[in-house]
Amino acid sequence: MSAEDLLEKIKVIIREEESVEGADVEKDAAIATEGLSVSYNGRLAVEGVNLKFRSNTITAIIGPSGCGKSTVLRSLNRMNDLVPGARVTGKVLFRGVDIYSKDVDPVFIRSRIGMVFQRPNPFPMSVFDNVAFGLRVNGFKLTKDEMKKRVQEALIKAALWDEVKDRLDAHAYSLSGGQQQRLCIARALAVEPEVLLLDEPTVSLDPISTSKIERLLVAIKHDYTIIIVTHNMQQAARVSDYTAVMMTDENLVGRVTEFGPTKEIFTSPKDQRTEAYISGRVS
Amino acid sequence: MGSLSTHEFLKSVRRRRRADSLFMVVVLSATLVSTLTLIVIFTTLSVESVAFFTHASILEFLTGTKWTVLFAEKHYGILPLLNATVLTSLIAIAVSAPAGIAAAIYLSEYAGPRFRNIAKPVIETLSGVPTVVYGYFALYLVTPNLLRVFWEGISIHNALAVGLMIGILTLPIVVAISDDALKAVPNDLRLAAYSLGSRKIDVVFRVVLPAALSGVVASIILAFARAMGETLIAAIAGGFRPVLSFDPGESMQTMTSYIAQVATGDAPHGTVEYQSLFAVGFLLLLITATLNFIGLRVIRRWEIKY
Repeated sequence: MSAEDLLEKIKVIIREEESVEGADVEKDAAIATEGLSVSYNGRLAVEGVNLKFRSNTITAIIGPSGCGKSTVLRSLNRMNDLVPGARVTGKVLFRGVDIYSKDVDPVFIRSRIGMVFQRPNPFPMSVFDNVAFGLRVNGFKLTKDEMKKRVQEALIKAALWDEVKDRLDAHAYSLSGGQQQRLCIARALAVEPEVLLLDEPTVSLDPISTSKIERLLVAIKHDYTIIIVTHNMQQAARVSDYTAVMMTDENLVGRVTEFGPTKEIFTSPKDQRTEAYISGRVS
Repeated sequence: MGSLSTHEFLKSVRRRRRADSLFMVVVLSATLVSTLTLIVIFTTLSVESVAFFTHASILEFLTGTKWTVLFAEKHYGILPLLNATVLTSLIAIAVSAPAGIAAAIYLSEYAGPRFRNIAKPVIETLSGVPTVVYGYFALYLVTPNLLRVFWEGISIHNALAVGLMIGILTLPIVVAISDDALKAVPNDLRLAAYSLGSRKIDVVFRVVLPAALSGVVASIILAFARAMGETLIAAIAGGFRPVLSFDPGESMQTMTSYIAQVATGDAPHGTVEYQSLFAVGFLLLLITATLNFIGLRVIRRWEIKY
């Protein structure tokens, strides 16, 4: 199945959904959560998360350690399905379709909503094969030249092409940490997802690599919907258009305490705890 | 300690230091015993082999196609024995490699922790079964009741039954080492593959198995080395005919079963029959030691990678 076919398929699903419900889904929200709660082995981790992630923007999810940022992120492409004991309730609407409804295939969802992890985790294979991996498992029928072109495009978007164009056959582990993380971004982009989830992608990287990744995210945001979890507030301020702040309550259940345009969150937070967190009085 | 005089304190320190060094000597000797054993075995085999090669040239030994050391007209070609050893071991690996790798994949990637905790010890018990049991099982059950059903003309002693049973015997080696190798693949890589829209089968075959390949290969090499050294199954179910044949339905003698036959007979010291034991044993040791060495090297490389 080609990318166009996939896209067409999901458009059809969405049109059907809309015609059935006549739903007035906010047009520019690529992905949204409604009453999302996640528990691990019966212990509630996050509760009542309502967020709308607008298309072609970067939304940052910030908050102290253990507030459930990553948990929320993993719910958006059903990666929580792979965590033993995890249970998700509420809805995650991807273009208006609840990705947790029974007839939705999580594998298909993950091919439309890509993910980049905390630690760079390239596969133990060549640079080229890493980027081509997603195209191969998703059954794209591409000629050699088309494959090369897609790999090149992805590497250019991930701002890695110039550094690796002469050694696409080199083992991915021969790259530096920052290059490996950009390779992981290229690998995710090659599948042409609509949404890109990043889980603290620069936490293990040096400032120069971090800045390269931040700049590339801003450069590509017009083609994607980007959601980035970070506990680095400067990073959120630098790259994001919208920011969601999460905090844990007295029972250690994570909740969204504030959500809005990044400027407003950082200049005039409404919630007292948010203000304390942003001004560095709580970590 | 507070109530001890300086003299008593120093005495107790000295006593404990003595105990410390004594313990070191005990564990050191235990280590030396196993190392020395290997050296003694190696030396003995070499010395007696040298004696053997006064009767037969190394060239004849390695390339001759007739092994008639126990007969009046003597030929000293090891190939019939070596061939039987390799043939039975290949049959064994044809059983234990696919079954063992499949079982390891199931245990590592599919089974829940409860099933795993039951299945692993059960499989490991297979290698605890005395091999003599596998031997008569091959001779009295596998050949007459299983192989004869679809292969009427098969000899009662045959390489196929031997290979099949050694396959079962070496299965736990493949499962245990392959499972370790698969388990050692970082979970990060599985998650990355899933996040790109992979199905489980793609995760297993495109990511986990390739990443664990050296460990899996090592498990097969080590199982092969173990198969070549297996004696009782070959001696009981393979027969004592040193013929050079590629027909697994025939009776044939492996290197190990030749040694078992002569060593349990009454070959007097100093005779060529007696010396031939050591030459055969020496070659077998050389081959299996090399395989083990390679296997362990491959394992170490895979351990360094992560």
